[in-house]
Amino acid sequence: MTTRQNGRPSQLFRNLNAKIASIPMVLTALVVFLGGTAWTVLYSFTSSKLLPRLNFVGLDQYERLWAAPRWMTAIENLAIYGCLSLIFSLVIGFLLAALLDQKIRFEDTFRTIFLYPFALSFIVTGLIWQWLLNPDFGFQGVVRGLGWESFAFNPLYDADIVIYGILIAGLWQGTGLVMCLMLAGLRGIDEDIWKAARVDGIPMWKTYLYIVIPMMRPVFITTLVIIASGIVRVYDLVVAQTSGGPGIASEVPAKYVYDYMFAAQNLGQGFAASTMMLLTVAIVIVPWAYFEFGRRRHV
Amino acid sequence: MRYQFMTAAFAATVALQFTGPAAAVDLEVTHWWTSGGEAAAVGEFAKAFDATGNKWVDGAIAGGGNTARPVMISRITGGDPMAATQFNHGRQAEELVEAGLMRDLTELATKEKWAEIVRPKSLLDGCTLDGKIYCAPINIHSWQWLWLSNKAFEEAGVPVPKNWDEFVAAAPALEKAGKIPLAIGGQPWQNSGAFNVLIPAIAGKDIFLKVYQDKDEAVAAGPEIAKVFKAADDARKMAAKSNVQDWNQATNLVITGQAGGQIMGDWAQGEFQVAGQVAGKDYTCLPGLGVNELISTDGDAFYFPKLDDPEQSKAQEVLASTMLNPKTQVAFNLKKGSVPVRADVDLTAANDCMKKGLDILAKGNVIPAVNQLNTEDTNNQLNDLFVEFFKTPSMTPEDAQKRYTDIIAAAE
Repeated sequence: MTTRQNGRPSQLFRNLNAKIASIPMVLTALVVFLGGTAWTVLYSFTSSKLLPRLNFVGLDQYERLWAAPRWMTAIENLAIYGCLSLIFSLVIGFLLAALLDQKIRFEDTFRTIFLYPFALSFIVTGLIWQWLLNPDFGFQGVVRGLGWESFAFNPLYDADIVIYGILIAGLWQGTGLVMCLMLAGLRGIDEDIWKAARVDGIPMWKTYLYIVIPMMRPVFITTLVIIASGIVRVYDLVVAQTSGGPGIASEVPAKYVYDYMFAAQNLGQGFAASTMMLLTVAIVIVPWAYFEFGRRRHV
Repeated sequence: MRYQFMTAAFAATVALQFTGPAAAVDLEVTHWWTSGGEAAAVGEFAKAFDATGNKWVDGAIAGGGNTARPVMISRITGGDPMAATQFNHGRQAEELVEAGLMRDLTELATKEKWAEIVRPKSLLDGCTLDGKIYCAPINIHSWQWLWLSNKAFEEAGVPVPKNWDEFVAAAPALEKAGKIPLAIGGQPWQNSGAFNVLIPAIAGKDIFLKVYQDKDEAVAAGPEIAKVFKAADDARKMAAKSNVQDWNQATNLVITGQAGGQIMGDWAQGEFQVAGQVAGKDYTCLPGLGVNELISTDGDAFYFPKLDDPEQSKAQEVLASTMLNPKTQVAFNLKKGSVPVRADVDLTAANDCMKKGLDILAKGNVIPAVNQLNTEDTNNQLNDLFVEFFKTPSMTPEDAQKRYTDIIAAAE
């Protein structure tokens, strides 16, 4: 009431309904996400075993983490999987979308086929590809059965290339979604732009590369965020396909966190590893967000 | 018509649940016994417990102990405890007991004189904290066994080896016959387990104790352990073509004669039994790899989380008592391939391998289980090291020993 007398509505009571409605989500974000994160980071400096305890040991957990060969392998695998998965799913997804955009017949059918794998969970995807890549029953077995006795394609049992076997399954599952997002972006491009480009005699590939793709920037950014979050949390695919094997060749950070928190009953170590994962994400996200959102404000 | 039948069947099952004895209490029991032999054994427990008028609700968790334990622990710490749960002898439930989440069984134990009947004494010691007993040991398993397929050696044209060295010497012949000399599954615990079996066999009991009990770095870096790594290197070469994951799949390679042998605990015996194989005729077992006839006192114990319901708490005692009952002990252990924890039971039905184990146990040639000496954290680090060692031919035994020494030095 007082606000009305002043003649200026208080900022606090504008859109009151919307503010009240968002309180539960704000609380969830603050308590569960931020609170949970702070709690995890705090306990990563302790020697907590099976149960969280506040006996601080400084940076011991981090020293042990970065000295662990399994963690290094996991980081390396995540880097390989992450870069390749990002590049290939964007390239393949865009190419498929561009091809589907040529007003072809049975577009719906193709779209369904390409998107279908995305409806499967990573566990199912992993199991399917574990069978397909099994040397005795999968591709290798079939090709050998056809007469090429020396044919060898056995990624899941070869420590040097096992991560690529996982990448194949990840791409098979994920590119359909990227394709759909890209297709939606392509459909959002005005027909007149194509016509103008054609009038100017610009070849199609050049139109895509220099006109259409820059115009699709928001779609690319959305896609990037979706792919990137999928990469960091990759876990179930590895568990279903190889359980981290052969040896420790296909370990990933998320699996390290789980194994040390629960199987090894060493919460401190698991928390240290998950804090490092958070830090990695932050290192990638923060400069980008600054560049993306900070710049706009000045314009 | 069909619908009516379904309704009738459904009604019947509902009716059955309500017509049981009035005092029947459902107890959920979690465990990770899912292979053929294990499931048969756990069925004996369920049968015996149901006979007391209560109901065993089976909570088997597939995927082995490393998968099952996190589920069990998070249920207990998360406030949704089961009525009873399996853990291995040793330190796996140590912190849960310290946190007061497990039930004190001292009263029952004193009444039934567990201190007198359970052997070796170390098993009950493992259940004891501050003079109170928190778990019921139910069997003794030992890791130190080499299982050999008589068929595989026959087909390779070499006699069945009598010790580890002969086995290593026979490897080329097995390979020539198209066999995998040594089957090791891809699960990390199988790889570290095989190494931990090689230590007492190659370097002896004292070295084993110095490394795992005293956590002596100098010994871990020393020449005796170097010899063990040399043997592990042999084992790695022999197991290079072993492409299976689970331990029972590896045992199956031995049962079908596709592999020469497997280093595995005596729980493998349950699989041979389910496959209808006879010890001495179809397969051969060498305790202590035929070198040092020692066995460890691994095995399982049941823990009973604290429950609010007094009825269920009472039934927990009945379950604990049933598990240690002489009849149940015999029925369970014969199917499981393990040795009963009590010496006063009739084991004439035991097979050759089990009798060998009983003999060694009677002679007192026992070593503590690695699980009793190491924390799960240390065991997991060993798992990581050995699964990498066994699957990475380029990793030298010297490098592996250096990392092994670091783990021992940091262990508690």
